[in-house]
Amino acid sequence: MSRMNRLRQCFDTLATTGRTALVPFVTAGDPSVDTTVDIMHALVDAGADIIELGIPFSDPMADGPVIQLSSERAIERGVSLTTVLDNVHSFRQNNQNTPVVLMGYLNPLYRMTFSVFATKAATAGVDAVLVVDSPPEESSEFEACLKQADISMIRLVAPTTTAERMRLIAKNAGGFIYYVALKGITGAGSSNNETASSLQRIDTMRELSGLPVAAGFGIKDAESAAAWAQVADAVVIGSALVTRLAECSSSEQACDTVKSFLAPIRTAMDNVHK
Amino acid sequence: MKSELPVFNLDYRPDTAGHFGGYGGKYVSETLMAALDDLNLAWQKLRKDPEFLAEFDYDLSHYVGRPSPLYHAKRLSAEVGGAQILLKREDLNHTGAHKINNTVGQALLARYLGKSRVIAETGAGQHGVASATVAARLGMQCVVYMGEVDIHRQAINVYRMRLLGAEVREVTSGSATLKDALNEAMRDWVTNVDNTYYIIGTVAGPHPYPQLVRDFNSVIGREARRQMQEQFGCLPDALVACVGGGSNAMGLFHPFVDDTDVPMFGVEAAGRGLETGQHAAPLTAGRVGVLHGNKSYLMDDDNGQILHTHSVSAGLDYPGVGPEHSWLKDTGRAEYVAIDDKEALAAFHQLTRTEGILPALESSHAVAYAVKLAASMPTNKLVLVNLSGRGDKDVHTVAELEGIEL
Ligand SMILES: Cc1ncc(COP(=O)(O)O)c(C=O)c1O
Repeated sequence: MSRMNRLRQCFDTLATTGRTALVPFVTAGDPSVDTTVDIMHALVDAGADIIELGIPFSDPMADGPVIQLSSERAIERGVSLTTVLDNVHSFRQNNQNTPVVLMGYLNPLYRMTFSVFATKAATAGVDAVLVVDSPPEESSEFEACLKQADISMIRLVAPTTTAERMRLIAKNAGGFIYYVALKGITGAGSSNNETASSLQRIDTMRELSGLPVAAGFGIKDAESAAAWAQVADAVVIGSALVTRLAECSSSEQACDTVKSFLAPIRTAMDNVHK
Repeated sequence: MKSELPVFNLDYRPDTAGHFGGYGGKYVSETLMAALDDLNLAWQKLRKDPEFLAEFDYDLSHYVGRPSPLYHAKRLSAEVGGAQILLKREDLNHTGAHKINNTVGQALLARYLGKSRVIAETGAGQHGVASATVAARLGMQCVVYMGEVDIHRQAINVYRMRLLGAEVREVTSGSATLKDALNEAMRDWVTNVDNTYYIIGTVAGPHPYPQLVRDFNSVIGREARRQMQEQFGCLPDALVACVGGGSNAMGLFHPFVDDTDVPMFGVEAAGRGLETGQHAAPLTAGRVGVLHGNKSYLMDDDNGQILHTHSVSAGLDYPGVGPEHSWLKDTGRAEYVAIDDKEALAAFHQLTRTEGILPALESSHAVAYAVKLAASMPTNKLVLVNLSGRGDKDVHTVAELEGIEL
């Protein structure tokens, strides 16, 4: 299946059943280098529709302490962008259907060079990338390389994004739109979907881009996931999972943790009727 | 020789998107884009607003104590036996460094934007103190982020900030120095963007910060240019300034950029030696990448992870550098060199002994290079050094390095 299609197929299938995509985030290489691929499979078994895999970076400006520390630990273990791509490649040996989105910061990709990264990511089976510090204004070269490799560029929309910028972002987006559910960093307090402006932004982005909209940042349990499932097409859960995985000392324990943590969230999301 | 330059001249750089050639820009998360756009809109207007500029000017004269003298260091020059060394005395500013030029300006900007809370990052603590100072003066809440390592080596400045009513928050992530403090300040800003103004302390960060911090500090170069004409009837034969993020250097250089017969030298920290990798010299020994919202030279490993840096001076201990310096380097308009810890310490002592001026360890790097440069030039030449700050804050560090218990 072609990469662009893997994401589209995923959302199309969900739409026919009225379900919302569950998108867990894990940092590659944490709690250990060897567990990442096992965790990815466990995520799918526990009901994940899309996997967001974090590329560890030394200076993750948009991340709270949980993901900062998990990135630091992974880097100490020697995890690099190459390791992350190897993880995806291994995962693809046994899973051809679940879309994988890499999330990270620009400098490691810039260092590898955009064209080499895009080629390697495509070969490994990456479907999309989300680069926090690469807004549309600064992305033309990077975008061209991704496009050539048939990899989508996921764009962020924030509670502060203006109407004018929403149009610019929609024009440059692929895969899905990622709505940052709060003004803040990952793992922060909790996000509130009640605000009319959030709902409006999600609707506007869906309309402008013709793409599904995911909500993330501050979503941490069944209750918050279900609340966002009512308005978004996908729900991203990161820090809450990364915190629990950090305490695992074996692959089995990590996979059990994934299952017990995601199960109630999946159920709560499936009980939402749109 | 041109006559005195107008305030904030050289409007052609950066371009409207904040690019200095291929450098600079706005590499930040979406949450901050609107705040940066607002700030940019305000700044492009205010930098040409006579009323705003008059208020800034008034504060520089009456609060900061400008103009700072241009001082002929005759004994030092005689000891070196080469070109005459002139010191631009930013150490005599209120709070003891050039950093106050920028914080006074940004505080006015924060007030204009209606923000009640300011945040800042700091390395040496000079920018933190300068931010806490202007916040106290305007009655604004102030939070300063500072790395754990720096909190220990700049204890006096930490206490000063607290006296001024600022909250100093310790940053333990990463290398627990300036770069990590900057990350943490950015995270605060993303979270509190509605009521908070982020006072960045150097010419780095996303557009428009490199431009506006340069603009505020360019008073250094404008004054120096005028003082040269008044006191010596000519322009200097060389400019020398230390480069951490690059604000004091950019402030001195900027009004001279078009005087192409005036060579400019930016002095980075070679730490324990460039060959050891334990330094903070991205322009001399680094390469281009993206960090803290802009594209510029930086220090990273082959996987693109930002490296921990080392310098005896906390204010130079930073793996990135302002994008305009990268542009000046590539165009060849400025030359970047590095001075190691030992050379900086020697210069610290030499200036203290010969002139009775105790320089900041950051500024000591500039003095050390100026001494080398002057020694290679005839006695009728003039080398102008930016003495960016005073060294009182570093007395403990120097004593400790020399095994002296205070
Ligand atoms: C006295 C002094 N000089 C220089 C610097 C370096 O900063 P910049 O390169 O932005 O001037 C600092 C930073 O803390 C400082 O305190």
